[in-house]
Amino acid sequence: MEVGQMQRRLLEYTKSLFMEGVLDNQFLQLQQLQDESNPDFVAEVVSLFFADSERLLNDLTRALDQPTIDFKMVDSHVHQLKGSSSSIGAERIKNACVAFRNFCEEQNIEGCMSCLQQVKQEYCLVKNKLETLFRMEQQIVAAGGSIPMMELSF
Amino acid sequence: MESCNCIEPQWPADELLMKYQYISDFFIALAYFSIPLELIYFVKKSAVFPYRWVLVQFGAFIVLCGATHLINLWTFNMHSRTVAIVMTTAKVLTAVVSCATALMLVHIIPDLLSVKTRELFLKNKAAELDREMGLIRTQEETGRHVRMLTHEIRSTLDRHTILKTTLVELGRTLALEECALWMPTRTGLELQLSYTLRQQNPVGYTVPIQLPVINQVFSSNHAVKISPNCPVARLRPLAGKYMPGEVVAVRVPLLHLSNFQINDWPELSTKRYALMVLMLPSDSARQWHVHELELVEVVADQVAVALSHAAILEESMRARDLLMQQNIALDSARREAETAIRARNDFLAVMNHEMRTPMHAIIALSSLLQETELTPEQRLMVETILKSSNLLATLINDVLDLSRLEDGSLQLQIGTFNLHAVFREVLNLIKPIASVKKLLVALNLAPDLPEYAVGDEKRLMQTLLNVVGNAVKFTKEGNISITGFVAKSESLRDSRAPEFFPVPIENHFYLRVQVKDSGSGISPQDIPNLFTKFAQNQAIALRNSSGSGLGLAICKRFVNLMEGHIWIESEGLGKGCTAIFIVKLGIPEHSNDSNLSFIPKMPVHGQTNFPGLKVLVMDENGVSRSVTKGLLLHLGCDVMTVSSVEECFRVVSHEHQVVFMDVCVPGIDGYEVAVHIHDKFTRRHERPLIVALTGSTDNLTKDNCMRVGMDGVILKPVSLEKMRSVLSDLLEHRVLFESM
Repeated sequence: MEVGQMQRRLLEYTKSLFMEGVLDNQFLQLQQLQDESNPDFVAEVVSLFFADSERLLNDLTRALDQPTIDFKMVDSHVHQLKGSSSSIGAERIKNACVAFRNFCEEQNIEGCMSCLQQVKQEYCLVKNKLETLFRMEQQIVAAGGSIPMMELSF
Repeated sequence: MESCNCIEPQWPADELLMKYQYISDFFIALAYFSIPLELIYFVKKSAVFPYRWVLVQFGAFIVLCGATHLINLWTFNMHSRTVAIVMTTAKVLTAVVSCATALMLVHIIPDLLSVKTRELFLKNKAAELDREMGLIRTQEETGRHVRMLTHEIRSTLDRHTILKTTLVELGRTLALEECALWMPTRTGLELQLSYTLRQQNPVGYTVPIQLPVINQVFSSNHAVKISPNCPVARLRPLAGKYMPGEVVAVRVPLLHLSNFQINDWPELSTKRYALMVLMLPSDSARQWHVHELELVEVVADQVAVALSHAAILEESMRARDLLMQQNIALDSARREAETAIRARNDFLAVMNHEMRTPMHAIIALSSLLQETELTPEQRLMVETILKSSNLLATLINDVLDLSRLEDGSLQLQIGTFNLHAVFREVLNLIKPIASVKKLLVALNLAPDLPEYAVGDEKRLMQTLLNVVGNAVKFTKEGNISITGFVAKSESLRDSRAPEFFPVPIENHFYLRVQVKDSGSGISPQDIPNLFTKFAQNQAIALRNSSGSGLGLAICKRFVNLMEGHIWIESEGLGKGCTAIFIVKLGIPEHSNDSNLSFIPKMPVHGQTNFPGLKVLVMDENGVSRSVTKGLLLHLGCDVMTVSSVEECFRVVSHEHQVVFMDVCVPGIDGYEVAVHIHDKFTRRHERPLIVALTGSTDNLTKDNCMRVGMDGVILKPVSLEKMRSVLSDLLEHRVLFESM
């Protein structure tokens, strides 16, 4: 497949992510920050996010498994996750975290559990999508093309 | 008896018989003597006689015979011995000569006979030669006639004269009674009597062309004898006593201009023939001779050639006249067009100025009116007035531009400019519209595209904006991609732009921009009209009536001024379209490059406002910390990050000009940090500015921040633009409180 086609596919894919709400404008902002002095900025931040999120999710799972749930700690974890996901532009995770926090305040265990599940699902989704996106970008670069810069304001 | 030497005759003398013998001998001798005399006489008379020796011999023989007979006269009577001796001698001699002569004659007589045969032979030969001479003479004569006829025929290029002359000359040469020419009618079904020799006014006499006799004549290229009673030959009313002369007919091929191929003698399958009929005088018993028929055939051919020449000439004269007329027409059309153009230009120049003045007045006063107190309806009305007049002003400007472009009085303003910035600018300008329509706009600039270029920045931006604006205008959903790259020479020669011949030169490059949208597309038959002024696609006109149809025409003019080419491709309605243009830009001089190299290496996409600004970022969340750090790095700041309050306390120093801290982490009181900093740096100018980054939007947070002495609060997420404007405001005013 030649470079132009790959670039178009990338555009379509990215657009679909935005339309589905998986990513929002913040992600584009991150892309804009990537330049010659900082060539792997996005990749670094994203991998940091994955590592961070996985840690947080594990912590959350463990915390909710406890016989007595420390809602404060859960809340703080969720707050962290919310911060990370909004920094990276993972909109759905952020929304799920917001709901999660509400349940935490209400100290609603079932609500928290279901939210945790939802957050995990959303996280997996975002992870897959972003990995696919990076793969496509690598393919384009390997074929000698350049990653198109995108502008979007919703 | 005496012994005389007399000889007695043998027999007794019989008196009567003796007498007769005596007389006969005498006459014989006489005759014999006369014969040589006659011979001599006649031989002398004739010029040629080859046998003189024979004559002498024969003369001798005759003379001796005569002598013998003469002497014999004396022997009838008593004669002396002498006489007898003489007699004997004579006889002996005679005998000898006569034998010799006899022998000689054996040789001579065949010769004499052969002379006769030779004479006969020669006579025959002479007769033959005479005949041949006669033939040659007639041929010579025929040839002369033909040459003369041809000369006559060819001396004119007028059809009628040719035909008339032919008939006249033929009539004269062959002494004809009547000579007629039948031409085929326009329909080709009949032959019409066109020319005759004697009759002055041929009546429009026609015969159908399918007569067997006519077919017979047409099928052979020889002159054919026909019956005097057939319709073509019955030209005069026959009186009973006329014995009509023989009639001959020959075909004359009529050749057209189109019959002459370059290497090909025209096939006589042209099938258009005229018929020439020649009649010998009646009652003359003359016959058509072969040479006369040949003459007729040759003449017919010559006539055909002459007629075709005349036809060619007519044709070329007609063509020349036509061309002259067309020339005149074109000339006057050109003059009219020039007059029209001049008139239009004058009109435009005047009207433009006249139109602009009131326009400006309307716009200015409406704007002023907007500033005053108005009721909502009034405001709406004023806004509409303003919008419409702006539109009108744009239209007037466009028209002026176009007419100036066409005059050639528009000149590009060449200067060095930032090419990448142009693209970004255009992108920013259309962002609002694109966001309203929820369109994804992607910009892709090739890595080898120079950052700076030499050209007319304003017009390039205008063109780009127009093209991108069109793409956005006609796309309801989907995406728009703008690509810019340096066009290599092989891609410059595009099959879709065959009249574009770019020449690669030093110090210049060709910028190729492609704007692809996924919108409504254009059907292929409308594409040529897109760049025509005021021609609007029907569908476009229905959907969007705000366009004047001039935009693309102006773009085309600009692109042409930049020695480039612009075109649009679309696969059809609903399949989106791609607008492509190529323009020639200059490469800035090396001095510019060296200037650039002194500036510290800048990131490609952004402009740094804050080189070397020392910033401290405090954020517990690793991800958002690195995001904020990246943001500030992009702006050129010197960023240090800390992840906890303690670390912040430790690290913060007077070198830091700004401290960003995240205060949305529950449980951590970021406010303490602010207090601490205030305490640490008592002197105001040493103290770094403190800005809180928070995700919460309530007034409580803001009040808290203000209470602890923070210099600013920013709502997360922070975009690049926001950060930039925040920093510049902060550094300028040293305080920033964003309205939440």
